[in-house]
Amino acid sequence: HLATSLPLPTERDHLRPRIDLIVFIIDIKSKYSLKNVEASLAYVDASFFLGKVCFLVTGVGRVNDCSIDTNAVCKLGEVYCSPVLFCELELEGIRVSTAQRLLRILQICAGHIPGVSALSFVSLMRKSDDD
Amino acid sequence: ENVDAQKTAFLLRKAWTLYSVTPLYRFRRARLRDYARLLSAFIAAERQKGLAVEVGAELDIKVTLSSLADLRGSELDEAALLVELSSRSRASSRNSEDKLVWLGWFCSVFGDDLSENVLEDFTCLPLFLTHGAESYTSLVGSWFQETFDCCFCRLAISPLNLSWMVAMWAGCKLDRAASAVELVFSVPRLSQPLDISYAIHPEDAKALWDTVQKTPGEITQEEVDVFMDCLYAHFHRHFKIHLSAAKLVKVSTAIASAHCDGIVKILHSQYLPGVLMLLTELAVSQIQ
Repeated sequence: HLATSLPLPTERDHLRPRIDLIVFIIDIKSKYSLKNVEASLAYVDASFFLGKVCFLVTGVGRVNDCSIDTNAVCKLGEVYCSPVLFCELELEGIRVSTAQRLLRILQICAGHIPGVSALSFVSLMRKSDDD
Repeated sequence: ENVDAQKTAFLLRKAWTLYSVTPLYRFRRARLRDYARLLSAFIAAERQKGLAVEVGAELDIKVTLSSLADLRGSELDEAALLVELSSRSRASSRNSEDKLVWLGWFCSVFGDDLSENVLEDFTCLPLFLTHGAESYTSLVGSWFQETFDCCFCRLAISPLNLSWMVAMWAGCKLDRAASAVELVFSVPRLSQPLDISYAIHPEDAKALWDTVQKTPGEITQEEVDVFMDCLYAHFHRHFKIHLSAAKLVKVSTAIASAHCDGIVKILHSQYLPGVLMLLTELAVSQIQ
C-alpha cells in the first residue's frame, strides 16, 4: 500500500489488513520529502518502532542534486531506532536488490521467518554503550 | 588575508567556471616562463592540427603565467597561479595591443585538508577557475594534465551547498545599498521546464539571518535549515507552492552569485577570500 503522507484516511480502517512494516521514503533531492516524513512520523504508534519501521533514502546516485544533509537522516534513524537504507532507483540493479531487501525485512516483520522477529532489528540498531 | 583590492579587481564581476584539480606533480614555481613557452607551443601545435579552430584564427596566442602571492588563505597554502591567453593579430603592426582571450587561475584558500596529506613534490592548488572559450579551457587543461599528471573535474554545486552560500552571503554586512537576494528553483518532472525566481529584499534577508545565527562567525547546518525553512514557509503562505520540493539551481546576493553547474561570480572584493575559502572546500571534498 502506498500513501503520500500519514495519517491514513480513517474511512478505510476496517478494510485494511494488518500493517507489518512501514517504509518511509525520503528523496535526497527534495527537502519537502524529509519534512513530510518527519511530520508523518508523529502519527505512527510507538509499537511500530520495535523493528517495523525503516527509512529508505532514494536518489543517492545523484550527489550533485542533493538537497538534504545525510547526517540529518542518519540521526533520524538513530532517534527512531530504525534502519536507514540508501538506494538509487534509477539503476535497475540497485532497484531490484533494494526491493529484495525490503521484501526480506517484511517477511521477518510479518513473522514468516522462524527464529527471527522484528525485534532483532532493534537489537542490531542499539549502540553497545546503551546496554 | 590582506588582499590588495587593486590587484584582484580583475577577478570580480566575471563569470568563472569551476573545476577541482588533483595535486600537480613536480611543479616548479621558478619555471613559470618555461611553462608559458611550452604551453604556447602546445596550443599552436594543437591549432595547426585543426583542433579548437576559432573563428578568425589568424591569431598568435601568447601565454603568460604568473603568481598571485596575496591570493591564499594561510602560509600553508600555495600562492595562486594565473594563466593568461592573449592574442595579437598577425596582420596588425607590432605595436598593437594584446587582447586577452582567456583567463584561468589555480588557487587554494585554507586547503589544508588536502595539502597536509600530500607527499613532497606535489603542489596543491585544488580550485581552478576559468573565464573564456571552452576550447581554450580544454587546451590548457590537457597541457596541465599531461605535464603535471593531474586531473581536472567540473565542480558542480549541490542545492545543499547553494543554500549554505545564500545563508552565509545574505548575512554579510554591507556598507552601501545591496542588490536583492535571489534564489532560482527549477521544478522537476514537468513537460515544460519551469523556473521559479524568488527575490528577497537584502535587508529582510540579513535581518532573518541575524535572528537565526547564534554565534557570530560560526554557521551550523541547523541554522541554514531554519533560514531556508523560513523562506520556504513565507513563499508557501503566499503562493501555496512548496519550494522545498523543487531544485535550488542558482543563488544571487550582493556578495556573489553561484549556479549549480559550477559557475560563480564574485562581486565584492572584501569577501573574495571568504568565497574562495568555501569554493576551495568544495573542490577538496570533490577530490577526496
